[in-house]
Amino acid sequence: MTTTTDFLLAIEDLTVSFDGFKAVDTLTMYIDKNELRVIIGPNGAGKTTLLDLICGKTKASSGSIQFKNTEMTKQAEHQIVRAGIGRKFQTPSIYENLTVYQNLEVSYPEGRGVFGSLFFKTTEAVTKRVNEVAKEIQLDTMLDTEAAILSHGQKQWLEIGMLLMQDPELLMLDEPVAGMSAKERDETAELLNRICENRSVIVIEHDMEFVKKIARKVTVLHQGKILAEGPMDKVQADEKVIEVYLGH
Amino acid sequence: MNFVFERFLGGRSGAWAIGLLALLILVILPLALDLFRLNLVGKYLTYAFAAVSLVLLWGYGGILSLGQGIFFGLGGYAMAMFLKLEASDPESTSIQTTPGIPDFMDWNQLYELPWFWVPFESFTFTLIAILVVPAVFAFIIGYSMFKRRVGGVYFAIITQVIAVILTVLIVGQQGYTGGINGITDLRTLNGWDIRTDEAKYLLYFLNAILLLGVIMLGKFILTSKFGQLLLAMKDKEDRVRFSGYDVSNFKIFIFCVSAVIAAIGGAMFTLQVGFMSPSFVGIVPSIEMVIFAAVGGRMSLIGVVYGTLLVNAGKTAFSETFPELWLFLMGGLFIAVVMFFPNGLAGIWNKYAPKVPFLRPLCTSSKKVTHQPESEPVASEPTTEGAKS
Repeated sequence: MTTTTDFLLAIEDLTVSFDGFKAVDTLTMYIDKNELRVIIGPNGAGKTTLLDLICGKTKASSGSIQFKNTEMTKQAEHQIVRAGIGRKFQTPSIYENLTVYQNLEVSYPEGRGVFGSLFFKTTEAVTKRVNEVAKEIQLDTMLDTEAAILSHGQKQWLEIGMLLMQDPELLMLDEPVAGMSAKERDETAELLNRICENRSVIVIEHDMEFVKKIARKVTVLHQGKILAEGPMDKVQADEKVIEVYLGH
Repeated sequence: MNFVFERFLGGRSGAWAIGLLALLILVILPLALDLFRLNLVGKYLTYAFAAVSLVLLWGYGGILSLGQGIFFGLGGYAMAMFLKLEASDPESTSIQTTPGIPDFMDWNQLYELPWFWVPFESFTFTLIAILVVPAVFAFIIGYSMFKRRVGGVYFAIITQVIAVILTVLIVGQQGYTGGINGITDLRTLNGWDIRTDEAKYLLYFLNAILLLGVIMLGKFILTSKFGQLLLAMKDKEDRVRFSGYDVSNFKIFIFCVSAVIAAIGGAMFTLQVGFMSPSFVGIVPSIEMVIFAAVGGRMSLIGVVYGTLLVNAGKTAFSETFPELWLFLMGGLFIAVVMFFPNGLAGIWNKYAPKVPFLRPLCTSSKKVTHQPESEPVASEPTTEGAKS
């Protein structure tokens, strides 16, 4: 069943069942290197569960998830992250009582062990990386601001920045523009288009306007299964998709 | 040198605060108090070890242990076992059925020294045991709970239960532990009489210096990336986990460190007070330690020392006049602090001290490093218009 592929991420026959309810049902999906994939679908389609499965938050009932041809389903969360998969949560998950700078610095992928972190030194490379990322997410003028007082949109960007610090090969974003203003949405779209240049990105999104701005290939999930997959305009014209989702 | 200054003292304000505390406990109190009162302060300062351990574990790590008495007790008992064996030489115990074993063993029809007592004849072993036994014990508890992601109130309850179990065990196994009376009648340490005035002074200073050392160790941990990760974990544990950190390892480590710190306090308690008993192991002392930390300010390594001293001074003063009322008063104090001063004395200090001009250099500045580009004016808020629309 498991095969060697050129895909960055190969999900095959993935199933997870919660007390008999199959949130993700024999799902097969491949993500290429440097691909930006958008996953859409109605509420309860299993989108977030799929991300949970990939990043190890939820354990699969059966099936396989291969990242660069390494099986991920049996690995612990931190090992999956270290393999190169970063995940942004739906609600902004940042450290409210640390500053923007500290939020980014803590996410720097060194000194990850207990003793490594005790003797971790902020080198110039770290400071440089923090400043680069801060510029990318437009928070470079707010490095000393406590994260708690950032606006909602800035918190979302900060969390994306924290993931960028780790330079993951696969970045998964769960509804990154939820609750953002129109202007912030545009800026986020630009940000995503910039950061997907040398990595693969999976985005879950509800907002179709936003999806159109970033999407190249779209996967429509429905009841844990793939309903349609392809370029945005083709998916939008698909009758099944219109029926379960877009028509509403 | 700069590294030591920043990491062990916590920069300029931290150095001032530690310096002031050192001045108080090393100079002012010894000069101002008679030996009886100073010995009491010494006893309180041993509780301060437990309070400091709770700053690391609870204040920063967000892990409330209601069982720090376990570790305080383990350290105290290890020291007491050594001292008791030294006090039980065959000559002074010649009237016993079996001379050369501790008196309570003889009363409980034990005819030879139990195997786990034997290594405590060595002072070196005892010193190692004071540090290692609590660490191993904390590791076992921590590993079995944090790896299973047990946390929060469940962790608090389980540690409390373990404290009860340990107390029951000590009380029940009288022949091996001295039971409810504890291990008493301790006299000498390697032939040095610990009951003399001179010894009491020396032990007081040793204890105070060790406490300052432990505070600096705490500063070192909290100013490292580890310290930031503790705060991060307390806030968003999942985010830390999904940033590539094995969260449970960090929790186990800080739990072990806090156990060792509390144990040092326990060992110093035994030396200064001259006995150890289960009443310093169970629920009541464990919760008192949490109260000391809460009153002093659970985010402040130095604040909790003042908190411990104040609460205990209050306890001594009040329990001399109204013994029954003290527990209610302490309960009330705890509730009041949690409700009105969540950061305790340290919080009050940090809020009001900066307003007094000559106290300003002593105050913790809210931002210790500035990363702001120089040209940028503060409080600019780019791209946030309409964020709430």
